[in-house]
Amino acid sequence: MDALYSLFIAPFADFGFMQRALFGSLMLSLGACPIGVFLMLRRMSLSGDAMAHAILPGAAAGFLFYGLEILPMTIGGLIAGIIVALGAGAVSRFTIQREDASMAAFYLISLAIGVLMVSIRGSSVDLMHVLFGTVLALNNEALTLIDGIVAVTLVSLAIFWRALVAECLDPLFLRSVSRMGSPVHFIFLGLVVLNLVGGFQALGTLLSVGLMMLPAAAARFWTTRVEPMCVLAVLIGFASCIAGLLLSYHASLPSGPAIILSAGVVYFASILFGTRGILRARIIHHRHRTA
Amino acid sequence: MTQTCLTFRDLTLGYNSHPAIHHLDGAIRKGSLTAVVGANGSGKSTLMKGIVGVLKPMAGEVIRAPGVRAAYLPQQSELDRSFPARVVDLVSLGLWPKRGMLGRYTGEDREAVSQALMAVGLGGFEKRPIDTLSGGQLQRTLFARVLLQDADLILLDEPFNAVDAKTVGDLIALIKRWHGEERTIMVVVHDLDLVRQNFPETLLLARQPVAWGETRETLKPENLLRARRFHEAWEENAPWCEPDEHAHDHDHHGHDRDHHHGAGPRAA
Repeated sequence: MDALYSLFIAPFADFGFMQRALFGSLMLSLGACPIGVFLMLRRMSLSGDAMAHAILPGAAAGFLFYGLEILPMTIGGLIAGIIVALGAGAVSRFTIQREDASMAAFYLISLAIGVLMVSIRGSSVDLMHVLFGTVLALNNEALTLIDGIVAVTLVSLAIFWRALVAECLDPLFLRSVSRMGSPVHFIFLGLVVLNLVGGFQALGTLLSVGLMMLPAAAARFWTTRVEPMCVLAVLIGFASCIAGLLLSYHASLPSGPAIILSAGVVYFASILFGTRGILRARIIHHRHRTA
Repeated sequence: MTQTCLTFRDLTLGYNSHPAIHHLDGAIRKGSLTAVVGANGSGKSTLMKGIVGVLKPMAGEVIRAPGVRAAYLPQQSELDRSFPARVVDLVSLGLWPKRGMLGRYTGEDREAVSQALMAVGLGGFEKRPIDTLSGGQLQRTLFARVLLQDADLILLDEPFNAVDAKTVGDLIALIKRWHGEERTIMVVVHDLDLVRQNFPETLLLARQPVAWGETRETLKPENLLRARRFHEAWEENAPWCEPDEHAHDHDHHGHDRDHHHGAGPRAA
């Protein structure tokens, strides 16, 4: 009993920074995982990754002018993310180039500017901080920001849920009954940027997309409906955060990668054992009903 | 009872400055059942898109009588069949005009959904994931959604594709029921026998209306021949407008001619 306590409870009970890390990462999962489900269903999984890179110069600009302060870096990241999202969207809409190519071009330029800016001012330690984050150093300001982002995300999802599902499921139909199609797409992109920005303090710009996509990708193997898929993704996100933080604490590993790798383990387990996974499909093939 | 539901005024619709519907004038009577026929690329689907508003006119306009709500079943649905949704989720989208984005679905709505599924012969399919449906079943599901939209103007673009003979009969019966309810219906159809048997009025298109009116009159052999010949002529030569009315269009067409050679008719 004592062993279990010291393994699972004590790290969180004894250390304030672990409690904050836990709270912050659980909140992040609550907002980011449903967003990840929709990114995946819209076949934009890699766009999330690109967007995550794209927020770097904004964060770097904030860092350049104000040092390692959460608010300027966040606002900078938000602005950079929105510029790239709108820019890539506009190029694909007004030229022959498809969105994947324009997105790649924009985020690569953005990333290069970001790395350049960080290197002008800071040491490589700072760059590491921006790229990989430190969930163990979340301060009150950062937690408040994350709470705000999660609240905005959940409220927006609740309001636009039906339009978002319709836009994913049958965009032409939505266009024939309503003008919500384009607005809802851009609102959704805004939520993506917002959640990535919320995550980068904790997980870094590179890995914040991991907490978004991996639980979603894993949840896909278990259910055939959107609502349970979002709930399941959030639960997988929760489990990954707890497991990752414990792993990080006991094995002295960096917390961000530990969280994402935990989610990775769930993903591989889901591929194998999910109700729509590999093994189940093999077994079911041997039996069938009469009708 | 000769109220108009739709009025086309000098309507030109198309893609990349190539017209697919060219200076269409005319009106659709309220409560009429019209078949839209014509060869591939004659502008049938384009006309549907123009009416429902997903394609903006290049010139002219479509005027809907006030308060007319349209339901549209496209030929090439942008439906994502891999999306994790059940039949009931897909059909429930048809409640949008009634409930909008935020309105809650009531028990009455759910009842209406099962009624609609029953009407297309898919009773009990509510819980089926949409990626397990056959092509014909999916088409009937989309019919159920149109049914649920409860629209005054119903636009069906080749609704009988990939549908077996029995189901075509069921769907025709449904269309006739709508017709009986004084709804205005336009259906793009390829099967002329089907048109002769079931549709009182026909619009024969070849980028412009070749004939429009009572089905028997419209589908006379000489009209059909004209429709075919006109269409072929269009591929060889650039389209031409009346000089006085549409003077500025001429530049366009002269320009288009170079591009259009060998490109074939546009998908319509």
